[in-house]
Amino acid sequence: MAKQLSGVDVVLVGFGWTGAIYAEKLTDAGLDVLALERGPWRDTTKDFATTFAQDELRYYWRHGMFQEAAQSTVTFRNNSAQTALPMRSWGSFLPGNGVGGSGVHWNGQTYRFLPSDFVAKSHNEERYGPLPEGMTIQDYGVTYEELEPHFDYFEKICGICGKAGNLNGNIVAGGNPFEGPRSDEYPNPPMEMTFSQDRFEAAARNVGLNPFPVPSANMSRAYVNPLGLQLAPCTYCGFCEKHGCGNYSKSSPQTTIIPALMKRPNFALRTDSEVLSIEKSADGSRTTGVTYVDTSGESFFQPADIVVLCAYPLENTRLMLLSQIGEPYDPRSGEGVVGKNYCYQVMSGATVFFDKEYTNGFVGAGALGMAVDDYNGDNFDHSGLGFIGGGYIACYTTNARPIESHPVPDGVPGWGSEWKQAVQANFLKTASVGVHGASMAHRSNYLDLDPTYTDRHGRPLLRMTFDFTLNDRRLSAHLTPVAEEIARGMGGREVVVGERKGSYDSVPYQTTHNTGGTIMGTDPQTSVCNRYCQSWDLPNLFVAGAGLFPQNAGYNPTDTVGALAYWSVDAIISKYLSQPGPLVQA
Amino acid sequence: MFSPTRRKVLKALLFGGTAIAAPSALYAAEYGRGEGMPWSPFRGQPPYYGTVEASFFTPAERGAVAAICARLIPSDDGPGASDADVVTFIDRQMASFYGRGQHWYMQGPFLEGTATQGYQSEHPPAQLYRHALVALDTYCRDAYEAGFAELSEDRQDAVLKGLDEEEITFEKISAKTFFDLILKNTIEGFFADPIYGGNRDMVAWRYIGFPGTRYDYRDFVGHNGARIQLEPVSLMGRPGWSSP
Repeated sequence: MAKQLSGVDVVLVGFGWTGAIYAEKLTDAGLDVLALERGPWRDTTKDFATTFAQDELRYYWRHGMFQEAAQSTVTFRNNSAQTALPMRSWGSFLPGNGVGGSGVHWNGQTYRFLPSDFVAKSHNEERYGPLPEGMTIQDYGVTYEELEPHFDYFEKICGICGKAGNLNGNIVAGGNPFEGPRSDEYPNPPMEMTFSQDRFEAAARNVGLNPFPVPSANMSRAYVNPLGLQLAPCTYCGFCEKHGCGNYSKSSPQTTIIPALMKRPNFALRTDSEVLSIEKSADGSRTTGVTYVDTSGESFFQPADIVVLCAYPLENTRLMLLSQIGEPYDPRSGEGVVGKNYCYQVMSGATVFFDKEYTNGFVGAGALGMAVDDYNGDNFDHSGLGFIGGGYIACYTTNARPIESHPVPDGVPGWGSEWKQAVQANFLKTASVGVHGASMAHRSNYLDLDPTYTDRHGRPLLRMTFDFTLNDRRLSAHLTPVAEEIARGMGGREVVVGERKGSYDSVPYQTTHNTGGTIMGTDPQTSVCNRYCQSWDLPNLFVAGAGLFPQNAGYNPTDTVGALAYWSVDAIISKYLSQPGPLVQA
Repeated sequence: MFSPTRRKVLKALLFGGTAIAAPSALYAAEYGRGEGMPWSPFRGQPPYYGTVEASFFTPAERGAVAAICARLIPSDDGPGASDADVVTFIDRQMASFYGRGQHWYMQGPFLEGTATQGYQSEHPPAQLYRHALVALDTYCRDAYEAGFAELSEDRQDAVLKGLDEEEITFEKISAKTFFDLILKNTIEGFFADPIYGGNRDMVAWRYIGFPGTRYDYRDFVGHNGARIQLEPVSLMGRPGWSSP
């Protein structure tokens, strides 16, 4: 029997980027906010100080800051004819754990989705006719124009370094000409690029594309954000993704929001507190709070007037299914919503091997890169191509952490003298051109509860059924040759192309961009949340994160996740509090 | 972690109403309420697991593992796994949480999966090594009347190739799973920071030109394709920084 605690205005489930965003705005509005975080407290001095932050084995290969699979994992299969088996240790993606969540160990590549990405269904149908059978993409219900002020604010909180390409509708040289109109320039100038980006930029221009500096959350200069928090210039140490920044140079909840929040008397955070279920009132019309368990195994009921799900998308979906909120998605009938439209990211690329020049990949940063957007979203004509969507193509120099990054040319064996000598010959002389492809929703890709495997509390694990779709494969086949063409123009000795082949493999790391499952939309029959990220079923339950995406765009998700959180919390404060109830009538 | 004054305040807050219980681990796990960022001396969590002497392997197992590592990353014109003492790295790893699979999801049922479903052995890494080394020894003694470590380098290479290409299989466990694991661990031990026992004297970093755990390359961003030659630095510094 759970012990009853005293109530709060708002309880946040999970305390990463979106938890910090909701907490900051809601406490600022005077509400009493409590965040429950499954993992431990984390901060720079304790967990990733510069004296020990550059430790590839501990943080990446031994998963120093990720969720332990022993605590909870997912089961996975490529299709519903197979038996899903647990991911016994993480591979293809790395959910975070502890304060700051995945926002601690991200690279900092901070793109806005395109205006057309938010209306993917209606836009593509209007331009290209009916969508193929089985493709279940949808509109978000919120538009780019509505989100623009919130993108702008999140970018100022983070101090994003970039160059605007579209200021209030005017195309600006040096930026991304395809981006949606921005109300303001980036708060900081782009990072200083290295040799590989210079070569990529020249090669891309040479084939008529429009390169621009990747919007970066690694600081190009010292910066003070709107909450008065300071970030330091990035030192290009090459330990960004999968690591915490010891230098206060990467925007994270820790560096940009939490220190301000911790000073507020109406905010509290409980760590090592894992939420087991979201509780409902007897009539099922609203949530009454959450039940959680602490590290001693004791469980508590925490009452709250508002609950916001701020955990990783996979866990948000699982919590809704375990709590029996909303209709679970059924792939046979196509009905139901929770777990629907799970999407990922379709990655491919080309590696350039230089002979004379040194790319010195250890001089790197998580979002140090140049990109082209000419083949993203609907920036190019898809007539007759047999797919929709696209991706950006970029040359990043993020790291030369040697356990992870030691590319060798084609035809070299995987071990032995020949391998070792090839690693040595090429270690300082490679650059990569990557395709960051969109993943369109399909009826057969979804999340539900596993019938066999359970976590340490005896609750079913989440089951993931996913494979790359025909759209994904065609998209990748169309864009990878563009990346190859740019790579061949960069002046190296040889280029090795990494195509997207075969089924989705859960083992090699790809990206921690898992989306969908708690999607937003315009219709309760086809979405979990309305345009304000409010549950259609329980009006005092809100959901944050990339689980809201009805399909994944050809970008990294964090900027859009941040903008949606600010948009939603703004609606809570300006609309919901004065009149608690559904913000959209079904 | 918190001052006595704060505890008192918290208690007053919590036990003010008698019907309300307090979370048991509250004092260690609640932050905020206007107190600012928590900080107390010596909270930093420097690396620990794998940095101190620990052993899992028997002397015979250790000999076989060292011999395998020495063929996966041979010593030739440059240093190999033997020079880097990779076997000590692996031995310590197997004796730690990693070898025990402590952070892995190890609940059954254990079924054979597709390649895309990853590691599905019921054995955590250390036990997989133990079972596989027995099977490997049996195979080598049947085929060549000697243990793996006593075979010629050519024979050793042929056996490893057989495991890698699934031409040699074991009865109860997957030889390929073992091969993939030991290759991964060998690469880890060759390139990880020397604090973990391998990459001795940073031989592997020096060999490939990786400058190690430096954290400020701002002066080198404009290298424009020129070589940057910097002596590597480990988390424990580098030779010459401390007395022998």
